[in-house]
Amino acid sequence: MIRRLAVLLAATALTAATGANAATVAIVNARILNPGAAQPVNGAVVVRDGKIVAAGANVATPAGAQVVDAKGGIVTPGFVAVNSMLGAVEVSSVGDDVDVKTPDLGAAFDVQYALNPDSVVIPVARLGGITSAVVTPRAEGGQGGAGEHDDSGAEATSGAPSSENAHHLFAGQAAVIQLARGSDMLLKPKVAMVSPFGDAGAKVAGGARGAEFVLLKEAIEDVRAYQRNRAAYERAGYRDLSLSRADLEALIPVVNGQMPLVAVANRASDIRAVLKLAKDEKLKLILSGAAEAWRVAPEIAAAGVPVILNPVLDRPTSFETLGATLENAARLEAAGVTVAIEGNSGAHRAHEMRYNAGIAVANGMTKGGALAAVTINPAKIFGVANRVGSLEPGKDADLVIWSGDPFEPLSKPQLILVRGEAQPLRSRQLDLRDRYRDLSRPMPPGYSY
Amino acid sequence: MKRVFSVALALLASASLAACATTTAKPAPGKSQTASNGGGGPPPAPLPKGLDPAANKDPFPSTYRPLPGRDVALVGATVLTGTGAQIENGTVLIKAGRIAAVGQGLAVPAGYETVDARGKWITPGLIDTHSHLGVYPSPEVQAHSDGNEAIDPNTAQVWAEHSVWPQDPGFNLARAGGVTTLLVLPGSANLFGGRGVTLRNVPGRTVQDMKFPGAPYTLKMACGENPKRVYGGKGRSPATRMGNVAGYRAAWINAADYMRKWDDYRAKVARGDKADPPKRDLQLDTLVGVLKGEILVENHCYRADEMAQMIDISKEFGYRITAFHHTVEAYKIADLLAKNDICAATWTNWWGSKLEMNDSVEANVPLVEAAGGCAIIKSDDPDLIQRLNQEAAEAMAAGRALGMPITEAQAIRWITANPAKALGIAAEVGTLEPGKRGDVTLWDGNPFSIYTRAQRVWIDGGLAYDRTDPRFQAKSDFELGQESRR
Repeated sequence: MIRRLAVLLAATALTAATGANAATVAIVNARILNPGAAQPVNGAVVVRDGKIVAAGANVATPAGAQVVDAKGGIVTPGFVAVNSMLGAVEVSSVGDDVDVKTPDLGAAFDVQYALNPDSVVIPVARLGGITSAVVTPRAEGGQGGAGEHDDSGAEATSGAPSSENAHHLFAGQAAVIQLARGSDMLLKPKVAMVSPFGDAGAKVAGGARGAEFVLLKEAIEDVRAYQRNRAAYERAGYRDLSLSRADLEALIPVVNGQMPLVAVANRASDIRAVLKLAKDEKLKLILSGAAEAWRVAPEIAAAGVPVILNPVLDRPTSFETLGATLENAARLEAAGVTVAIEGNSGAHRAHEMRYNAGIAVANGMTKGGALAAVTINPAKIFGVANRVGSLEPGKDADLVIWSGDPFEPLSKPQLILVRGEAQPLRSRQLDLRDRYRDLSRPMPPGYSY
Repeated sequence: MKRVFSVALALLASASLAACATTTAKPAPGKSQTASNGGGGPPPAPLPKGLDPAANKDPFPSTYRPLPGRDVALVGATVLTGTGAQIENGTVLIKAGRIAAVGQGLAVPAGYETVDARGKWITPGLIDTHSHLGVYPSPEVQAHSDGNEAIDPNTAQVWAEHSVWPQDPGFNLARAGGVTTLLVLPGSANLFGGRGVTLRNVPGRTVQDMKFPGAPYTLKMACGENPKRVYGGKGRSPATRMGNVAGYRAAWINAADYMRKWDDYRAKVARGDKADPPKRDLQLDTLVGVLKGEILVENHCYRADEMAQMIDISKEFGYRITAFHHTVEAYKIADLLAKNDICAATWTNWWGSKLEMNDSVEANVPLVEAAGGCAIIKSDDPDLIQRLNQEAAEAMAAGRALGMPITEAQAIRWITANPAKALGIAAEVGTLEPGKRGDVTLWDGNPFSIYTRAQRVWIDGGLAYDRTDPRFQAKSDFELGQESRR
């Protein structure tokens, strides 16, 4: 029954979408759940030209609109994945496009050129309600596309000094994508710069935390000098700078406080050191990883710095995360910090993001806060809240109709719109499932697709 | 007074455990050599200690003792028994560390501590068939990397228990997730990774304090990418999947030969003939244990085609594969696995980190079960082990999306009864049936909800975890003195 409804809904919306962009779609009988709200609002969402034109109670259905009956289903904004590799990886061990191993390129590395909308990973993430993602370079130490499972025997060599990776103070620049079909997936490039701190930061700087800060300050000073004296630099009449010209250029918006710096830091003392650096140098900061952020919550809140975290991490995985706790998100929320919640791994298990939000709630976060942490907060943090992150007029029609509570494993998406276009509720995984569902067919599965 | 009482109970419980260990222990084949020595000559001198593989098959015996506990009655809960039943307003009685009774509205006999479980759910303690806790403990530093003896494709001679650090904080976190028993395995770098060890999830000073009394040994084997990458990368065999298979077969040939030599030796001794004993070989001892059916094969294997080949190898040499692990393609050969009575231990939605795990489907477990097979959700991960119930919920959801009417009562078996079967301990744990160990998890709601957490965990009837009482939240030595903790 539910299955039929889903098919019907998808079919209806698909018709609407293919009927040209001018078509107006009204999703009625919906329970609209916007970030921050404790309870859903009964109402409707009206979509035109890929944008939301109205959402909420007492929204009338425009004449001539295609009507989609949500039948009381919960409608949320599409989720915004952070620390993502979506579109930049197929199979992790085969390779990805978030990690640069040349020593000549750091800050200037830009993920926007790699994005592949045909990735089979994308539909799997989308079925988890994700409609946009912040594709993030992987910093030394693994943040970015962190946490892919490695069962492997690779652990036989883990912990050994890594000589394979280039050592960079700056891992490169992130971009926001939308998980729409078709070629146009880039929503906004150059949304943030990534840098490792703590153990990983020490490593890129030659082995000690103090060294990284010296090198960073030198780099920042060099960027400012370069910005002031471009002409001299171009004439080769200038002193040597610590970074390549491309990296210097890329860092100008960072030192000017326009482009945020994603600082991957976990230990409380490292977080404090990064906060001080950002204050001294007037940098715009985003904390990522942040296992012990709860211990620094008042300072983080006072500085107005947002935090990206994975709420399932509660182990002392290193001496930097001795204070890791499942209540990190809840405690930061209570202190007034803007929190964004990530999925498990940058791509293949990104769809577990909604479960992670539920786990944060199970451990004390408010439901409204957890929804914000997977929608409007990441949108704000990365400067795309004018386009995505909530169901408000003028924003892109990126939304999901759910069969139930969106954080529950037993709930499924019934309709997914990206820029107003219905996305197929399919993935290669489901194709495989259906191919092998009946093993007694006379013809081999190879003939079934 | 109360303390004395609980000590007495504990003694009682350990007495019954010892009895159980005795009855489940296999008769040692070596014993027959003295009994049937009818050749007329003087009985041959026994082999020096340590040289006869059959003389002592348990050289690192369990010193497990249940936590102190008293008879307890959990009253008024929704009970998932692990046998496929769901009981509303259920009562679970635990007496002397064992399940005494489970039923709807049972009267509580005198002398029981009563726990009001109304509005809560009760399941058997969860069992994880694939963990590396202790062998890859937290913090994950090189000094703690003790799970892969990646120096040779065959290291059947190593035993995971000799790497287990009982102070891994992960054990405590897993207990807070309702896990009461777990199999700790070596890693998968090698074709034969070594023996696993089945543990009671109680804090121990030594690994022997945690060993599940009477649980059979297991052997970790691995297919596919890992062995060929690790050894191919070192310029040696196996460098390909066909090299993997040649490696398994060569090892089983050696094991069969070794077994024959010992059998010949024992036959000669039994006849009173003069005989030189073969030299004991720890690697071959383990493989012979598999050939004799005493050691269970736990086989890391992702792809369907490779699993089919492993089944053929097992038939060629006459052993049984108890479970395939990871097995993200089990759904492609669910019929074959069911026919051969091999469990499939997998995740719901882990995939894509390497090519051999590219064909995962979320409905893998429901599809295995629908074909009549033994389906298991396991963690292979110190974070996921804290949430096996949620991974099972995701599998249940995938099954329901296919129109399968999978109930919670059925799905709970993926993390309780079926794992018990795969570890050879189903007579002791995995369901809430009278006589079984009192391993019980009390949840604050439906365990298949993302919002539900384990409230209390009993192991052999002793309270091992209580979310609301710090006295029952064990901390490892490593966690002490860390002022930054929580």
